[in-house]
Amino acid sequence: MTEGLIFGLITAISVGLSGGYLGSLMVLERMALVGDALSHVALPGLALGILLNFNPFLGAFGFLFASAVIIWHLGRITKLYYETIVAALFTLALAIGILIIPQPDLLEALFGDITKIGLADTVAAIIISIAAMLLTRIIYRKIVLGIISEELASSTGINVAGINLLYLLLVSLTVAVGIRIVGTLLVGFLVVVPAATAKNLSSNLYRYSLLSSIFGAISSSSGILLSGSLALPSGPLIVLSGVTIFLTAVLIRWVLKLS
Amino acid sequence: MESSADYILKVSNLNVTLQHQTVLENVSFKLERGTALAIVGPNGAGKTMLFRALLNLVPYSGKIQWEDKVRIGYVPQKLSVSDIPISVREFLSFKGGSKIEESLRSVGLDNKVVLNKSLGVLSGGQLQRVLIAWAIIDGPNVLLFDEPTTGVDLDSEEAIYEMLDRLKKQNGITILLISHDMHIVRDYSDYMLALNKCVTFFGESREIMNPSLQRTIYGEALCITGDLS
Repeated sequence: MTEGLIFGLITAISVGLSGGYLGSLMVLERMALVGDALSHVALPGLALGILLNFNPFLGAFGFLFASAVIIWHLGRITKLYYETIVAALFTLALAIGILIIPQPDLLEALFGDITKIGLADTVAAIIISIAAMLLTRIIYRKIVLGIISEELASSTGINVAGINLLYLLLVSLTVAVGIRIVGTLLVGFLVVVPAATAKNLSSNLYRYSLLSSIFGAISSSSGILLSGSLALPSGPLIVLSGVTIFLTAVLIRWVLKLS
Repeated sequence: MESSADYILKVSNLNVTLQHQTVLENVSFKLERGTALAIVGPNGAGKTMLFRALLNLVPYSGKIQWEDKVRIGYVPQKLSVSDIPISVREFLSFKGGSKIEESLRSVGLDNKVVLNKSLGVLSGGQLQRVLIAWAIIDGPNVLLFDEPTTGVDLDSEEAIYEMLDRLKKQNGITILLISHDMHIVRDYSDYMLALNKCVTFFGESREIMNPSLQRTIYGEALCITGDLS
């Protein structure tokens, strides 16, 4: 196993765990498309990083961060669903990104490239993933209560708008890290499919969030290992691994007739 | 002369305006401790908004004065639980870990049966009882129920109101409930506040069976203002 593959594997496990954990809330909020579309918003940021010669991750995170704030604010003042706002934003961002990103870098930005992940990237991915998971753990139950009933949550003193903003920012951070391994087109997978898989097999929050994280890590790591042995891009293989797990879970649920 | 301690809640000249629309207008009333107040009125009359104002969840003008040591338990009208993998234990632990079993017992639910069940698979009656357990778990002295038996069969509905009545009598809890059912209002509340953006009636609940009053409550709004204690 090459050094690059090891870095890629560790990064993938970190991002898979955090993507799965944070994504479990996104699926509950019925914001699955938000996670997917939000990732495309990173493309102009990546392009700027490449064009102006600074770390594309910072550009991606800057755009994701700004988009999260815009989405959150528009959601509050217009009462539009997050998905509606994101749909408008992400097509614009994708269009701008494709226009300004240099053609040789476009494929890497869209589908990721683990061969360029170094030690610093891996350490950053581990730290960011752990921080995102710890902070999400603190607000996890409050967000769930807000999903069950915003009034109920507010009546217990929870600042629903505030924790939603924090959550969107943490998702932005996780997505920005995930882009390195699966690319902007496919990173939405990390916050959607593992959670959807776990939801098929869970009747309580503990099991749901745990399974979602585990499925995220398994999908990512198996995709990277397959990529190493088949010499194919990691992003699509991660998605295929995850979807295979998802279909297996659906089959298990059907066979066991889980309620 | 009345003592301020007689009332757990005083509302004076309450106005709520949202998106340039008047939702509540000049609402005033007082509520004695340990009594049950039913809030009635047609759809869109501002009943739920009154609760939201009482909980300080919406901006308002006027005065809402709860007694100093008030602890409010609240059950809203709409909950999205069918799609969420959360057990009864996890839901109740949001508020208080140590009193989960005690609060479930007090609403007549068997811990062994429901504690580890997902909220989404409970029957309508069981879910409402869990929500009441949620509301009472941290020892409130006021309970706010927004149509607590929506989607519940008649037998369970009766049992839930019997239980609320028992909680009121045993623990001296003050109850505010929104209901469309006139028999429930008559049998399980002491006073009735009729809303149609403004107050159209405030008085004893047994009056609700009076046909002319029913026309007042559910017909065209004829507002009354001033001290309604």
